[in-house]
Amino acid sequence: MKRITFIAAAVGLVASASAQAQNGQTIVESQCIACHAVVKPEKPGLTHLWERKGPDLHYAGSKFNQAWLESWLQEPTRIRSAGEFYTKHIKATDAEDAVDETTLKPHLQLSAADAKAAAEYLMTLTAPDGLVQPDAYKGGKVNARMGAMFFNKLRGCGACHSAEPDAGAASGAELYTAAERLQPDYIYAYIKDPQAFDPGIWMPTLDLSEPDLQRLTGYIVQLNSKGATP
Amino acid sequence: MNPIRSLSIRISTAVSVACLMLLAAPAGAASDVHARATRNYDTYCVQCHGIERNGNGINSQHMSVQPRDHSDAKGMTDIPDEELLHAIRDGGLAVNKSVLMPAWGNVLSAEEIEEMVAYLRHVCNCGSNQ
Repeated sequence: MKRITFIAAAVGLVASASAQAQNGQTIVESQCIACHAVVKPEKPGLTHLWERKGPDLHYAGSKFNQAWLESWLQEPTRIRSAGEFYTKHIKATDAEDAVDETTLKPHLQLSAADAKAAAEYLMTLTAPDGLVQPDAYKGGKVNARMGAMFFNKLRGCGACHSAEPDAGAASGAELYTAAERLQPDYIYAYIKDPQAFDPGIWMPTLDLSEPDLQRLTGYIVQLNSKGATP
Repeated sequence: MNPIRSLSIRISTAVSVACLMLLAAPAGAASDVHARATRNYDTYCVQCHGIERNGNGINSQHMSVQPRDHSDAKGMTDIPDEELLHAIRDGGLAVNKSVLMPAWGNVLSAEEIEEMVAYLRHVCNCGSNQ
């Protein structure tokens, strides 16, 4: 009898999860697709990047951490200080170019239940085989000072990506929240070949060596709002 | 109308149209190339070199090395076209400049890089004295 109850409960849970995912799909397809591609674009490339209003989500399940997605969708914050795509949201000044805030709109905010359902559905949208290799990132601690030196001085990542709040790099995503947001294997794969994910994207493919990829991924995974953990 | 005169007008019109088409084709192609280089600049270069192409990009405020001012005719004149091409394709380090200038050779085609060099000459309104 206990066994039957357990099976019934398990079936109920699966059915409930499935219903939630279905609901999540409805939410995503009704509220997200105006700005985000949830299926791979037929013609990826620069024109698509200029036309889209937010990052593609068709590989969201291989990119994001579900808990972060669920939380962020309830209280969205800006991840790229000049928005997406940066060149549409900047203005010339007497000094350096500045963010043109009048062109940026806040991201849609979801209720806790809708965020949970949407996050669950987005996690089902995985990258095609080979794009994100499981366990490509080997883990291991990176010396924070050494990591920062590679990130800033030797490989130049800090020109576009902020490793700590208010670092000033605006055209790339902030990376001191990357560990909360992103799966390490995705970070590795994207650094290795950003053009494979977003053909035409304004991030170069630098032919980095395997030790470089491991070191930079490890450094980014260790970052937090206070910079790199020691 | 005199048939000979009518034929003459038709031939003259046809020749004019053909001449216009010949003139328009290269002009259109040149304008497409310029538009493509402009869009590439606005996508990849503006983040550091700025909307005004003067080195004041949105990312430049905290950079250890100021991005090159492409509107500076004097400074740009001193750089040969080959060096501009090399820097865009292989990055700043390849021409003994800053690592903060990345290599775009895996993103832009050889043709697009050549177009970008020509575009930079347009921006600086200068040639090379090298």
